[in-house]
Amino acid sequence: MSNLFDLLVAGLATGAIYALVAVGFTLLWQTSQTINFAQGEFVMLPAFLMLAAMHAGAPFWLAIILGILLSMILLGLGFKMLLVDPMMRHGVLPLAIATMALAIGLKEAVKQFFSAEASPFPSIVPTGDISILGHAISLQSIGVLVVAILAVFGLTALLNRTSLGHQMQAAAQNPTVARIIGVPVERMILLTFLINAFLVALASLLITPIYLAKFSSGEVLGQAAFIAAIVGGFNQVRGAIAGGLLIGVLDNLAASYVSTQYRAAVPLIFLIVVILFRPQGLLGRAEERTV
Amino acid sequence: MIGFGKPLKIALGLIVIAGLIVIPMNFNRYGLFILSQWAVMSIAAMGLNLTLGYAGQVSLAQGAFVGIGAYAAAIMTTHGWPLPAAIVVAIVLGFAVGWVLGYPALRVQHHYLAFVTLAFSTLAFLVFRNESWLTGGIYGISNIPRPHVFGIATNKPLPFYYVCLGSLAIVSVAVWWLIRSPWGRAFMALRENPLRAQSLGIDTRRYTLMAFAIGSALGGVAGALYAPLTQYIDPVPFNLSLSLDLLMMVIVGGAGFYFGPFLGAMIAVLLPEWLRFTEGYYLMLYAIAVMGLLIWSPTGILGILDRYLAERRTKAASALRAVAKSRLETAQ
Repeated sequence: MSNLFDLLVAGLATGAIYALVAVGFTLLWQTSQTINFAQGEFVMLPAFLMLAAMHAGAPFWLAIILGILLSMILLGLGFKMLLVDPMMRHGVLPLAIATMALAIGLKEAVKQFFSAEASPFPSIVPTGDISILGHAISLQSIGVLVVAILAVFGLTALLNRTSLGHQMQAAAQNPTVARIIGVPVERMILLTFLINAFLVALASLLITPIYLAKFSSGEVLGQAAFIAAIVGGFNQVRGAIAGGLLIGVLDNLAASYVSTQYRAAVPLIFLIVVILFRPQGLLGRAEERTV
Repeated sequence: MIGFGKPLKIALGLIVIAGLIVIPMNFNRYGLFILSQWAVMSIAAMGLNLTLGYAGQVSLAQGAFVGIGAYAAAIMTTHGWPLPAAIVVAIVLGFAVGWVLGYPALRVQHHYLAFVTLAFSTLAFLVFRNESWLTGGIYGISNIPRPHVFGIATNKPLPFYYVCLGSLAIVSVAVWWLIRSPWGRAFMALRENPLRAQSLGIDTRRYTLMAFAIGSALGGVAGALYAPLTQYIDPVPFNLSLSLDLLMMVIVGGAGFYFGPFLGAMIAVLLPEWLRFTEGYYLMLYAIAVMGLLIWSPTGILGILDRYLAERRTKAASALRAVAKSRLETAQ
C-alpha cells in the first residue's frame, strides 16, 4: 500500500511535466493546426540554452531568465515565422513532416555544438526527502508537481478569466468570426506560440535536473506528451492536463506492476483503446468532418 | 515536348535503367551497399506511397512492417529455408497485419490515425526487442545468408545489388500496373473525397483495408531484402525513426507521384552520404535541406516539376490560343 502511494506521487510529478508539454501542443493545434513533432526537442533545448549561459559565466537565476527568453524568441517567434507561417496554407501533413526534420536538426545541432554526453543540471528545488503521512517523498517530485500545477492554473486562469484569454479562445475556435468581431487573430496565434515556448522552457527547467541534459532526451518526452494530449482530448487544454497526469501515473504503475520490459507498451495500448472508442479523447469535443 | 513526349520518356527510362545496371560495376563495397539500400528503401517507400500518396491514409508504421519482413526472412533463412519462401511469408504477414491495422483507419482519420500507427510501430519494436526466444532480443540475428539466384551465389555485394535492383524492378512494374487498374483509381477516389467515393459505389471499407494491406506487404518485401543485405539485424533499425524516415521519403519525393518514392529514398539514403564530408554537420544540413524543400514545395520534388510542367502547358495553350485568335481575325 505504501508502495502504491509513492508510485502515485511520482506518477503525478512526471504526469505534471507531460501535462505542461501536452498543453502547449494542444494550444498550437487549436490556433494553427500545427502538429509539432519537435515538441520533445523543444523541451530538450532550453536546458542547453541555460547551460550555455552558465558556461558563459551567468549565475543560475540569470541563466534561467536568459534561457526562457531565448526559448521564447527561438522556439516561439522563430518557429512560427520561419517554419509555420510559410507552411500553414499547405495543410497539416507537410508541416508535420517539416517539424520532424526540425527535431532532427535540433538534436544534431545540440550534439554538434554542445555535447553528445549527458550533462548534469542544477535543480531549482532542493534535493532530499520529506516525510508526509509516514512516507518519504522526494522534494523534487513535490517541487515539480507544485510548479507545474501553478503554471497550468495560471494558464487556465488566463484563458478563462481574462479578456485576453477569451480573445485567444475565440481565435482558436473560429478565426473567421473572431476576426469579424475585432479579435487580432494573428497576434493571438503568436501569443500561443510564445506561451508554448514558455511552457516547454519551464518543463525543461523542472525535468532536466532529474534526467540530465542530453541531446536525445526529447524523444521519449515528446511521445509521452503526444499520447497525453490525444488521450485527454486533442482540442482541449484541460484534456491535455488530465491526459498528462493519467499517462504519468499509468507509466509509473505499469513500471512496477506490469513487466518492466513492456512498460512502454501500456500507455500505447491505452492510447489505441481510447482512440478507437473515443477518438476525440476523454475530455475532447468531436471535430466535425469536412466533406 | 508535346509531340514526342512518350518516346523521350521511354528513352530516358532506359538510360536510367542501363545506368543503374552498368555504372555500379566498378563501385566499391560501400557504394554498392548504399545503392542496394536505396533499392530496398524505394520498395518500402513505394508501399507507403500507395497507402499515403494514393489512398490518403497517414501511416507511421511502415518501418514496423520492414522489421516484420526482415525478422521473417532472418528467422527463416537461418533455419535453412530459401529466401523466396521467406519473401512470400513476409508478404503474407505484412498483408495480414496491415489489413488488421487498417481497421482503425475506418474509424479515425488524419492525425489520430497517425498516432494509432505510431503506437503500433513502437509496440512492434518492443516485441522485436523483448521476445528474444524468437528474435534474439537486443543481440539480434547474425549470419543471415544471401540467396542463390538461378544457381549463382549472391554473397558478393555486386550480385546482391542486382537482386535488390531486380526486386525493385518487379515491384515497380506491379505498382505501375496497380495504380492504373480500377483499384488504383478507387484508391485515388478515396484520397480525394471518401464520401463522394462511397456515393459512387466504391466500397471504401474494403479499399481502405486494401490500401493498408498492400502498402504493408511491400514494406514486408523490403524487410525481407534488408535482412540478407545487412546479414545482421537487431531491433534498433526498425524503431519509430525508420517509419518517420519512410514518411519523409514519400513526402519529400512527392506523395501520390509514381516516381516520388525513388527520389525520396535517394535523398534520404544518398544525401546524408554525400554530405558526409561535412562530418558532424551532415544530419543538420540534411534536416535544413528537407525543411527548405518543404517550405518551397510542400508537394515534394516532383511537385516542383509538376508545377513547372503545368505552367509550360498553360503557356503553350495560351500561345496556341493567341495564334488561333489572330488567324480568326485575319480570316474575318
